[in-house]
Amino acid sequence: MSNRIDIKKTYKLYIGGAFPRTESGRTYEVKSSKGVFVANPCLASRKDLKDAVVAARSAYPGWNKATAYNKGQIFYRIAEMLEGRRSQFVDEIILLTGVTKLKAEKEVSESIDRLVWYAGWSDKLSALAGSTNPVAGPYYNFTIPESMGVVGVIAPEAPSLLGLIDAIAPVIVSGNTCIALASSKAPLPAITFAEVLATSDLPGGVINILTGKSSELAPWFASHMDIDGLDISGVPTKLRGELRTAGAENLKRISSFSAASPDRILAFMEAKTVWHPIGN
Amino acid sequence: MTFEYAPAPESRSSVSISPKYGHFIGGKFVAGTKHFPTINPATEEVLSKIACGTKSDVDAAVKAARKAYVGTWSKMSGKERGKYLFRIARIMQERAREFAVLETLDNGKPIRESRDVDVPLAAAHFFYHAGWADKLEYAGLGTSTKPHGVAGQIIPWNFPLLMLAWKVAPALATGNTVVLKPAETTSLTALLFAQVCQEAELPAGVVNIVTGDGSTGALIVNHPGIDKIAFTGSTEVGKIIARAVASTKKSVTLELGGKAANIVFDDAPIDEAVEGIINGIFFNQGHVCCAGSRLVLQENIADEFLEKLKIRMNKIRVGDPMDKNTDLGAINSQEQLLKIRELTIAGDKEGAQRWSPECALPSKGFWFPPTIFTGVTQGHRIAREEIFGPVLSVLTFRTPQEAIDKANNTPFGLSAGIWSEKGSRIFWASQQLRAGVIWANTFNKFDPTSPFGGYKESGWGREGGRHGLSAYLKGFSHE
Repeated sequence: MSNRIDIKKTYKLYIGGAFPRTESGRTYEVKSSKGVFVANPCLASRKDLKDAVVAARSAYPGWNKATAYNKGQIFYRIAEMLEGRRSQFVDEIILLTGVTKLKAEKEVSESIDRLVWYAGWSDKLSALAGSTNPVAGPYYNFTIPESMGVVGVIAPEAPSLLGLIDAIAPVIVSGNTCIALASSKAPLPAITFAEVLATSDLPGGVINILTGKSSELAPWFASHMDIDGLDISGVPTKLRGELRTAGAENLKRISSFSAASPDRILAFMEAKTVWHPIGN
Repeated sequence: MTFEYAPAPESRSSVSISPKYGHFIGGKFVAGTKHFPTINPATEEVLSKIACGTKSDVDAAVKAARKAYVGTWSKMSGKERGKYLFRIARIMQERAREFAVLETLDNGKPIRESRDVDVPLAAAHFFYHAGWADKLEYAGLGTSTKPHGVAGQIIPWNFPLLMLAWKVAPALATGNTVVLKPAETTSLTALLFAQVCQEAELPAGVVNIVTGDGSTGALIVNHPGIDKIAFTGSTEVGKIIARAVASTKKSVTLELGGKAANIVFDDAPIDEAVEGIINGIFFNQGHVCCAGSRLVLQENIADEFLEKLKIRMNKIRVGDPMDKNTDLGAINSQEQLLKIRELTIAGDKEGAQRWSPECALPSKGFWFPPTIFTGVTQGHRIAREEIFGPVLSVLTFRTPQEAIDKANNTPFGLSAGIWSEKGSRIFWASQQLRAGVIWANTFNKFDPTSPFGGYKESGWGREGGRHGLSAYLKGFSHE
């Protein structure tokens, strides 16, 4: 057994439910915390982002239409799949960051629990953020929160798995689809997470994951005219102004967050108010 | 049989207009340095001279607002803040006729609309928000929310007093102080509102009003002493503001343009729908960001519907805004009239067919007849750009999905209308339409309890209702 040559994984992108290589043919080297070569993940390009936006936009009507109950169950299914493969994530986190096993275990556990927490939000958002409005006239009038469309997510450098899930889950639980840019230093858990997604009944294209450099890709996220919202929690504060400036071209909704909260879901939703006369 | 209407002019005697105005800063009227005329757009009569706010005026206003915030307003309980708002609401009701007449003289909108819509809704907005001031912890926005501090507010000329109310009432209820700039062409009701603040004994500096043009607005947007910007106006300027504050800590809400589709399905109650289309585009001369400026009409009823629409348009009374029978008043400014002309000429050139009823327009002032364009396609400028005038572009569809696709084919997303007798179709269409306000079998209805605001390039945030409060509070988990 000790003589066996093991099979190493090729880390690719996750776009539209498939695992393509970057169209650019570019990769970059990821090393372990001890400086040993680990993998050559894709250095995604602007064209990869464009492809991912097309996939996310195509997946949007179907995912948005899925019932809240269904979305909640799919979230729970993702948590189930992640739980089943937890040791793989623990190993990858330790390998890339050098944290203790205890700390890596904790990050994976929190990631799973965070998914379950958001699973429960899917069918409670309207009660939280909706209202019927007592207008001064014979009209029935109500306001409901609705997803906004395609949202970009720049995940933080660390923690690589929890940071990614913290950013993705609140975006898609309401019905948005997303394109996430993974941590560039520790992208492997993100791609392994894509394998979890691929086996979780989540329709292809709802979550798309790119690996690469935030400094190269984040400005393209910000200026893309078919991205409706952008979570820049993973972008250093001093670089955020530039992204907000670029995002103004289509008045993108751009936010950043410090904690898990329903506000994080609602920041990527729109309030829709509907009026109808009352009469007989 | 034709009905003749005798003139029914509203009296001007309830208003007195000073020959010249300054700014309202720190509870006092202070003289301006440069002035520009404000005119009645229906007659081109010069009504008064308005001060153009300079850097030192804006500095003084921000300083007064900060002083009031730190010294008075942020220390006052919500209960007491609310009482001031109730007072303001009551005084606005007492002086409603004066506000309505002044609004019509300065803006050109029919007295019937300023009297029945703008002014009562403005007072209602203060009354509604007054009640929130001591209940913010129950608003479902978290228990650790705080006001931003000093809010800079820039409002448009289409509903001058009402937009002031939409901005000032929630800002004050949530504990902010304000520096407000009314639109260049319509400052008079804001200056009358300053008197209301004095009568209500609102602490000095809580509301400051600096008049001026876009340059004054830019001074407010870029002022380092301002914590929050609230703007209503064009998408073009909204984007400039979004860029201007991108690298600052300023919070921003924007209510911008629209190109609303008003969809009429073949099962709609036709006469009601005709009335709704008329109201949707000709209310306030079409100077409405949420105007139903695209009629999206099911093809099999198009001929019958357009015939009825034209008959109804023939009955629109265009003319003296002070006449109580007038339906369509004056275009607010020469500049806006030129913009409407430019876009309608583009409609002709691109091959759409223009139609207007025979109507005599006054020789003085700025006027545009009620107009529809048929044969409009989605690529035409009159189907894509906000005209902000009494001009309706008609497109047709065959299937419900085609109606939705055409309605959503715009960078805007402020409002939409649905006309149908079928409940399931109304709810389906309401879900599909990418717009913040959906009017089904009605149009252009507003209420302080009802959140208003757009998707996509129609802006950021909501005004009114519980949702509108969040625009003036911070302390949510997003930074």
